Amino acid sequence: MIALKILTAALFGVLFGVGLLISGMTDPARVLAFLDVAGAWNPALALVMGAAVIVAAPAYAYVRRKGVDALGEPVALPNRFRINIPLVAGAAIFGLGWGLSGLCPGPSLVVLGQDAEKAGVFVVALVVGAWIVSFARRSGCPPSA
Amino acid sequence: MTIVLQSLLGGALIGASAAGLILLNGRIAGISGILAGATWARPQAWQWAFLAGLIATGVAASLAGHPAAAALREQTFWRLALAGLLVGLGTRLSGGCTSGHGVCGLANLSPRSLVAVITFMGVAGLVVYATRHLGLLAQL
Repeated sequence: MIALKILTAALFGVLFGVGLLISGMTDPARVLAFLDVAGAWNPALALVMGAAVIVAAPAYAYVRRKGVDALGEPVALPNRFRINIPLVAGAAIFGLGWGLSGLCPGPSLVVLGQDAEKAGVFVVALVVGAWIVSFARRSGCPPSA
Repeated sequence: MTIVLQSLLGGALIGASAAGLILLNGRIAGISGILAGATWARPQAWQWAFLAGLIATGVAASLAGHPAAAALREQTFWRLALAGLLVGLGTRLSGGCTSGHGVCGLANLSPRSLVAVITFMGVAGLVVYATRHLGLLAQL
């Protein structure tokens, strides 16, 4: 069962990556064009996210209502209503990096497979940034979002 | 294929991945969380399997003659390093990124994720305005 779940996780990783490649979200130019409302605005990212949300929503509705996944194993989904300073401050800091590069975590891992030298810089820095928060949390500094 | 069809088809595949991962694995397809989990104290095999699948698509694309976009290759080391660091800090602090809050959180009808999405899109939009239209950070 565990081996099977590792296999399905790998397949869903491939599916996610193919979706990012087909939708052009691995191209920072297309992402930045969505964010450039005052320039040659390209709404493609909103279509990608909208389609993804519509397809994923029934699965989430099922798990949220039943409290279990399709195999009957319990799933605890994250709190949906806690809106606090770490959430907003963290999202703002993420937005700074996203707007600077046009890269977010998913696409950065796909492009890591295309250009390890360039994307590697971003991914290593991303992991270091995540570590800094994890270390700080361990000493009780920033509360969880 | 037009950009609209690419967006809808690609988005549907991303949604199918998120749906499959929550239904069969009971896990949220939030890439920043999976990556942070895989590189911290107690990594889990499924996390590395998912990440390997994601990276493999980039390798396959490259081998099939689709290299990384020019908009990535043209970025300087310091821009990529600073952006990566900010993305790592911010996504851990807020508990999600474009996939975790954007795709999965919105699919789960989470007001908390909606606040995160509006915040990171708004700030990213301001950064793009500052760099493209006000000429800030041109040397970076």
